Formats: sequence, structure tokens, C-alpha cells
Amino acid sequence: MLRQRWAAASNSTSPKATSPAAAATASYRKAKNRLPGLAVPKSTTPTTKPPLTFPGQLAQSTVRGYATQKQATAYIHGKAPYDVERVRHDFPILKRIINKKPLAYLDNAATTQKPLEVIEELARFYNEYNANVHRGVYKISEEATAAYEQARAKIARLINANSPNEIIFVRGTTEAINLVAQSWGRTNVGLGDGIILTEMEHHSNIVPWQLLAKQKGAHLKYVGLTDDGHLIHEDFRRHLESEGVKLVAMTHVSNVLGTINPVREYIREAHKQGCRILVDAAQSVPHMPVDVQDLDCDFLAFSGHKMCGPTGIGVLYGKKAILEEMPPYHGGGEMIREVHLYESTWRDPPYRFEAGTTNIAGAIGLGRAIDYLSELGLRNIQAHDQELTEYAHDTLGKIKGIKIYGPENPRTKAGVISFNLGDVHAHDMATLLDEDGIAVRSGHHCAQPLMERLGVSSTTRASVYVFNREDEIDRLVESVARAGRVFKV
Amino acid sequence: MSSIYSEIILDYYRYPRNKGSLPNAQIQARDTNPLCGDVIEMQLELDEKNTVKDVKFNGQGCAISQASASMLTELVKGKTVDDVRKISKDDVLSLIGGQLTAVRLKCALLSLKVLKTGVYNYIGATESTKEELSRL
Repeated sequence: MLRQRWAAASNSTSPKATSPAAAATASYRKAKNRLPGLAVPKSTTPTTKPPLTFPGQLAQSTVRGYATQKQATAYIHGKAPYDVERVRHDFPILKRIINKKPLAYLDNAATTQKPLEVIEELARFYNEYNANVHRGVYKISEEATAAYEQARAKIARLINANSPNEIIFVRGTTEAINLVAQSWGRTNVGLGDGIILTEMEHHSNIVPWQLLAKQKGAHLKYVGLTDDGHLIHEDFRRHLESEGVKLVAMTHVSNVLGTINPVREYIREAHKQGCRILVDAAQSVPHMPVDVQDLDCDFLAFSGHKMCGPTGIGVLYGKKAILEEMPPYHGGGEMIREVHLYESTWRDPPYRFEAGTTNIAGAIGLGRAIDYLSELGLRNIQAHDQELTEYAHDTLGKIKGIKIYGPENPRTKAGVISFNLGDVHAHDMATLLDEDGIAVRSGHHCAQPLMERLGVSSTTRASVYVFNREDEIDRLVESVARAGRVFKV
Repeated sequence: MSSIYSEIILDYYRYPRNKGSLPNAQIQARDTNPLCGDVIEMQLELDEKNTVKDVKFNGQGCAISQASASMLTELVKGKTVDDVRKISKDDVLSLIGGQLTAVRLKCALLSLKVLKTGVYNYIGATESTKEELSRL
């Protein structure tokens, strides 16, 4: 046995050697040749699709450590005209049959489905170069570190951050906001100070501020909503002018109403009053081009799993100068410069805020998701979502007894449609839709203050993304109408 | 797929039996389902033999939670407190009929949880009864 193995190994110099290991090695070499200076293993699985990354640009900007406007533009515009059939082909889960019907997945505001290449990227990491980052001096640890840092650079380019060092990996939007509240907030918000929020915030952009306000004796001030789900600008201005307002934390796109808030304008006004501003971009970054330098926001938070990436990975963007002044959020390994028995010193951002082993696979998977989305083009995605939203408004709106919440003009909102039909409870609606293989969300959508403002206990919410098609909206409409018949609305 | 929304469920939802309140109730309890915001309140009036003389429920929420509460009130009327204590999960589910997913099971069993909480408070809760409630 031993002998044979030895013999096989010594034969491996033959050009015909085809053991899986040899093939993998050959593929590594090829990949390395394609990407000089990059030590990340490329896929060993042959695909028929063209590569989705921009390898040259990627390597360059990783080395330089900053993104250029040109690269950011590449993310916004797709490489080809939008083809939803091809996109659907990329999502294995769409083959599922639910209650004898093909799955119509319309719960993308909760989490999106994942394209095969993201799923495979995770497997590739674990199969080929799983190692902890930044510490190991061995080959696969260097590969893992390079891939992890490349993902950071891709995120920086996607949102046009000034530098990858402004990108902090967190678990998701919720952790990003808690980080700002506990690190920046505890340092900069004091007794009697004010924090401005809006009535359309997700609980994750309310509760962290309530905790901070309790700790510091600060006040929360809320910007109200018009009946059609827009912010009341006058409220905002009034709160800004009140004494001691230190921070504005507001959502870019409402997860319930789909309202796109004019954050750019709000940011200008906040800065004029010397106020910092955090943008909850969980529902915007996945669906439209977002440029943090153009917006000039101080912080921006979003989640990977709402943009084709894995769960458990998200991003906090912060302006470099602000991050540098902030104390750590969690203490532990990786975030320190020196540790002594009674005191320690911190590393620079972003590492200061990444204590312990982070979600390495998640970060790499998110990087791949960004490649995928940028190939489609954020502008194309936005247009696609928009078309479906308009179509849903038009068709759902014709059902007797339906009430669609939020802006009446679907052009002023992102791909979220919240509705109720007569007195059919949202949970009953969602159960009836599930009988037809349609996945929607029902309930308060982690926005109870907004539900109170709307005067309802819950709504049914359909939310679209890159792979949804008009026929799925048709099925939704048909099924909602059926619910109306069952409940005799 | 057979729908959980039978004519019976819809009838109890549209025309709930025993909905209202009892000012002289000896047993009363209220609970919510934080997941979907269903609210159920139960009130029981007992006679001198600890038999349920009258029962009312109040609340709001989905058809499953409200219909099951209404059906449950009909089941407990005339029963002794001890018999009410013995009503099981399966008793309620057989009233409703049909298949429920795990999340919707919580809606269906909220009224039973409220009823049992009230009864146990009345007769005195023990550790095992608390455990039973936490499983509902």
C-alpha cells in the first residue's frame, strides 16, 4: 500500500497526472497567474458563466487600500442588460416546490435568497483555505487574510468609502447601530442631550438609543410621519434647533412602507447644526447605489444577508476621523496594540472594533455577493425593483377592500409593499398565501411605533428583489383575492 | 392542501360566541403573543360548587386566535374548575381541526394558555403547572 502511494507520488511529474489534488494545485497556479500579487484561491469548480469580478481593479485597490470613483461607478452600472431569467437561474432555492406550487419568495426585506456562487464561495473557503486571519504566518492563513481584506475593499468601493479602513465588519445592522450607540454615544452624549429618531424606524434603530438615553439621561425626539408615510420635515428642523441635540439616527428606506427618505438633505441640515448622523441603510444599500461621500453621512449601517450575502455579517461605515476618536466596543484579541495586566492600548480602526475572531467566511461570502450584485448593476436592480413595485401597486390596488400603506406613488418608494385586506388579519393572509407557495411577511415588522402611527396591529408585506418576476406578483394578487373570498371581504 | 380556514373557524371569527366581559368574575387572566400581537383576555364566573357558571373572552388578533378562544369558552361552560384544568392542547386543536405550522400553533393555543393561567392562579400554581404553561 505504502509503496504504491509512493510510486504514484513520484509519477506526479507526468503531465497526465490528474489526481484531484494535482488538478487543484494546477488551478491555483493558473489563478495566481491571472491575478498577480493576489493570494486568494480562485474557484476550482468550472463554471460556464463569465467571471463576475473585476480582478485587475480588485488587486490594485487592495494594494493601494482605497477605492476610486471609477471603480464605484463600475458597481452601479451592470455589465449587460438586465435578464431576470438568467438571474433566476443563479438561485437554487427557486426550484423548491411549496404546497405543490413553485416557491414565490417575496420576503426579501427580511432576508434575500442566495445565488449559487455565494453558497459555493462559502464552501470554497472552508474546503480550501479556512484559517484565522491576520495572525498565521502560513500559506492558507495569508490567503484567508487576503480574501477577508479584499471583501472589505469591495464594500468600500460599493458605497464609495474613502478607504477600506472605514469599513468595520459586524454581525449585522443591529450590531452596527449598537456599536455606535455604545462607543460613540457613551463618549459624546451626556445628561440632557438629544437624539433625533423617526417614527418609521426599525426596532434596531430605536432600542439601542433607548438604552443609551437611559444610561446617560438623554432624550429621544421623534420626527413624525404624514399619512402617506413621508417624514414631516418641519418636525426634524424643530428638533435640530432644540438645545443639546447630538445625533440623528434615521433609516434611508422604511422596511415597512418602502419610503425613500431624503437623507442627503437631512444630513446637510444636521451638519449645519453640528450634529452627527447615522443612516440605517439595511433596506437601501441592497437595492440602489449608495455613495457615502456624496451623502456625507457620519455612519452608515447595513446587513449582508439582505443583499445576497450570508447571515451574521454586516457593515458599519464610519468616517475615519470619527472612528479614530472612538473607544472600543468589545474588548478581546485582535483589537489591541499592547496588553498589560492592568491596561491596554488599542489598534487603529477598523481593527479596534473587531475583537475576537470575526465571521471570516461571512465577510468573504459578502464580498462575493457584492461581485454578483455589481455585475447586475445597482441601477439595474433599482429599476427592476421599481417596475415590480409599480406593477404590484397597480394590480393589488384593484382588489376590493385593499389598503396599501406608505407613499401612494410607487416611484417614490423601494421594493416594499405593505397592505391589509378588509378585516383579514395579516397572519391569516400570510397563512393563506403560504398555501399557494407564496412567502410574505406578516406582523409588525419590528416597527411597533410605526404600526401605532398607522393605527393597525400588523400588515402583510411583500418585498421584491433581483430574481422576482411579474408572474409572481400575479400569483400574489390572485392569492390575496382568494383570501378575500375565503373571508368574504 | 386543505385550508385551516374552515367555514366553522370563519364563523366563530365573524360571529364570536361569548365575547365580552364579566364584572363579577372570580377567575381572570390576559396574555399576548408578542410575535404577532394577538391579545386574549378570559373571565370565568363560578358558582358555589366551583362550576363555570359563565365565561367571556375579549381580545383581538388573527382568526385562529379569536375563533379558538370563542370555541374554548363554549367548551368550559358548565365544567368544574378541576375539569377545566384538565383540558389539553389536543382538545383545543381538535376543535379547530386542520394542520397548523409551529408559529400558528401559538395563535391557536394562546386562549388555552390564558385560561390555564387564570385557573392556576385561582387554585394555586405549583412548579409543574408553571412548566406546563411555559410549554404552551
